Amino acid sequence: MKAPANALKERKQMNSNTMLLIITIILFVILYAGGCIAYASKGFTNLQTFLNLFRTNAGLICVACGMTCVMLTGGIDISVGSLVALDCMLLAYGMSEWHMSAPVMILLVLVIGIVFGLFQGFCVGYLEIQPFIVTMAGMFFARGMTAVISTNQLSITAEINQLFYDLANFRIYLPFGGTVNRAGKLVMPYIGVGVVIALVVLIAIFLVLRYTKFGRSLYAVGGSEQSAAMMGLDVKKTKLKAYVLSSFLCSVGGICYCMNTMSASVSQATGMEMDAISSAVIGGTLLTGGVGNVIGSLFGVLINGTISTIVQTNGKLASSWPNILTAALLCFFIVLQSVFARIKEKSK
Amino acid sequence: MEDNIVLTMRGICMTFPGVKALDNVDFTLRKGEIHALMGENGAGKSTLIKCLTGINDFEAGEIRVNGIEGPVKNHSTLDAQKVGISTVYQEVNLCPNLSVAENLYIGREPMTPWRTIDRRTMNKKADELVKRLDIKVDVTQNLENYSLAIQQMIAIARAVDMECKVLILDEPTSSLDDSEVEKLFKMMLQLKAQGVGIVFVTHFLEQVYAVCDRITVLRNGTLVGEYPVAELPRVKLVAAMMGKDFDDLASIKPEGFTYDAKAPLEIEARGLSHKGTIKPFDLDIHQGEVIGLTGLLGSGRSELARAIYGADKAQTGTLKVGGKEVKINQPIDAMNMGMGLLPDDRKAEGIIGDLSVRENIILALQAKRGMFRQLSRAQQEEIADRYIDLLQIKTASRETPIKQLSGGNQQKAILARWLATDPDFLILDEPTRGIDIGTKTEIQKLIIKLAGEGKSVMFISSEIEEMLRTCNRMAVLRDGAKVGELEGELTQERVMAAIAGGAKDE
Repeated sequence: MKAPANALKERKQMNSNTMLLIITIILFVILYAGGCIAYASKGFTNLQTFLNLFRTNAGLICVACGMTCVMLTGGIDISVGSLVALDCMLLAYGMSEWHMSAPVMILLVLVIGIVFGLFQGFCVGYLEIQPFIVTMAGMFFARGMTAVISTNQLSITAEINQLFYDLANFRIYLPFGGTVNRAGKLVMPYIGVGVVIALVVLIAIFLVLRYTKFGRSLYAVGGSEQSAAMMGLDVKKTKLKAYVLSSFLCSVGGICYCMNTMSASVSQATGMEMDAISSAVIGGTLLTGGVGNVIGSLFGVLINGTISTIVQTNGKLASSWPNILTAALLCFFIVLQSVFARIKEKSK
Repeated sequence: MEDNIVLTMRGICMTFPGVKALDNVDFTLRKGEIHALMGENGAGKSTLIKCLTGINDFEAGEIRVNGIEGPVKNHSTLDAQKVGISTVYQEVNLCPNLSVAENLYIGREPMTPWRTIDRRTMNKKADELVKRLDIKVDVTQNLENYSLAIQQMIAIARAVDMECKVLILDEPTSSLDDSEVEKLFKMMLQLKAQGVGIVFVTHFLEQVYAVCDRITVLRNGTLVGEYPVAELPRVKLVAAMMGKDFDDLASIKPEGFTYDAKAPLEIEARGLSHKGTIKPFDLDIHQGEVIGLTGLLGSGRSELARAIYGADKAQTGTLKVGGKEVKINQPIDAMNMGMGLLPDDRKAEGIIGDLSVRENIILALQAKRGMFRQLSRAQQEEIADRYIDLLQIKTASRETPIKQLSGGNQQKAILARWLATDPDFLILDEPTRGIDIGTKTEIQKLIIKLAGEGKSVMFISSEIEEMLRTCNRMAVLRDGAKVGELEGELTQERVMAAIAGGAKDE
């Protein structure tokens, strides 16, 4: 019989999506190892340098998780960069000018994220408007509102809000991997609150995508909207939820981002939506929807972060190099994805 | 309701704007039978199915399902599923990026106490289900890793697992190859043995006789009759579908010219095929000949033409045009070799509604010349006027948007489009569908005139009389394959017998 042999062959054949994820991880390891070899003297091998990748990119990790969920449905959310700027501005302005407490402002930012997402999700899901257009409007709106609040460069200092300042500077030390600094003192590596939040978000979304009806609906809608509807799934509601999740996670990311920069300005986080999209794509999420997961997106963020770190550590390279390298990586991954798709088509 | 009957539809009526789509149609489905629903396009098969599954709202009549009190009226596919009616469509409505098990259970996954999906139970249940139906798959693999036939079977498995009493298979075999069809049939027979009533909609006559117990024939929205398969031989089935009583058919002699086998060859196809639409065929077309393609709808008539023209790129075989071997990858290649194709779907593939008559007429010629050698306005007007005059296209002016013209005049304008490119080989797919009798005759005359000028014409039509009048040779298609050619004296009886075919008398 032919059929069982076929089944066996198919079982052995590795899922090409898993393969893409592995390639992403290997690439990250190679990049990072390369950085370690080239810049060992500049502290690249320190555990802290690695942890700093997470510290500086905690916000982006949250945003990329939300972006991945939206992209799984075949959509896109380009409002996230502006929304992060709006979040930062709200936090900074609210605490300095309105003298609100940190928890109130954080709560407000989160609520605004949900409302923002509800509106965008309604337009995309129920009014069936192109997500690109809807979120582009969202992008302009959020950036505009940021400028309405203030066009000044604001910083959050300990005098403005002690609680937020302490939260942002709270260090969680690891019990291992310490290094001796120039003064001869042993310094233990540490992470901040933002990193913890980002990791919790990452794990939560990973579980949601894999083990909940909502998570699987995202994949189904991205795989084939018509089929999903025929199988009795509520496509409109699923899309609405995806955009709410994206904007909410974007607000969470905005808080993490703000803790890292401790400042706000109109031009903040410009192009962050593109970083999030490129991270997701490098991590194996397809723009057409239905394929991808947040672990890939995490490594996408880390790869982008490593490139920046290498360029900064080198010191002599122009600051435009990260963009060029990211472009090269994107090309590489898109070509790879289409090659895999072709192989799959042929082996059928 | 008798116990062995699972579904009855009585006196179903349904009107689309201006058309009576179904007129007092009855349908009965028994337990454990495979019931073919047959009819030409527009006969009302899909409308009837849609009334049953709640996509269409019927105006009169009633539907009863075994085990359910009172008449049933569905408003959505989900409603239909709840009363035990499941449908599997031609295109597989599953998600290729999810695993087989997920496709079987999405929307009704087994859950753990923490309200998360219990993947282990789901995979186990899925595995039992596919084993029971004898589908050999690994349920944890993504659906896209399996062939279309397997995907089709998974779709059926999903339907069956939802406690269905009535399974509707709407053209399930049209994209499957022979061995895949075989597998599907095995599964259908197995379900039949389990007592499921299966409604099988198909264009393939062979398949009806291979698995079905009973046939219901529709024509023009009315019921022709219900027959046990054994009492309805092929020829009678074709006659029932086409609305001709086989014995009463008068012979009409083809007028015009006769087939000249010595004329130089224009097209020489050897073993051309396109997977899923047309099996390998050989075909010679001489200069100055009108060759008709005949067969039931869906028998591969249009598909054969598309394979020659490059609209569906031929995957096997060779093609010679004017004695030279050529490779046609896309329609523009064919156009450059002097071919033209008038597609059968005038709205979707033919006219561009918002453009003027003039622009529609010069379109193909301009495409052939390429965008950098634009026809001057004066040339365009000259060409448009010539063909409006020649074909007597009734239009307010040459600048009128073509969508304002009647169907027949639109068709003439598209014909003009191809005539303007001065083709040596013209394919006309249903050029006379939906147009009045006067225009029909004009087009038929024009075809004969073209052939008289030494051009080759391939003529496809569902109306046999029309073919008899215009063609001097016919190729017969059945079930996606060319099965023969008819030369000499063409009569309706010969053509219909050839269309119906049969395993033995060939």
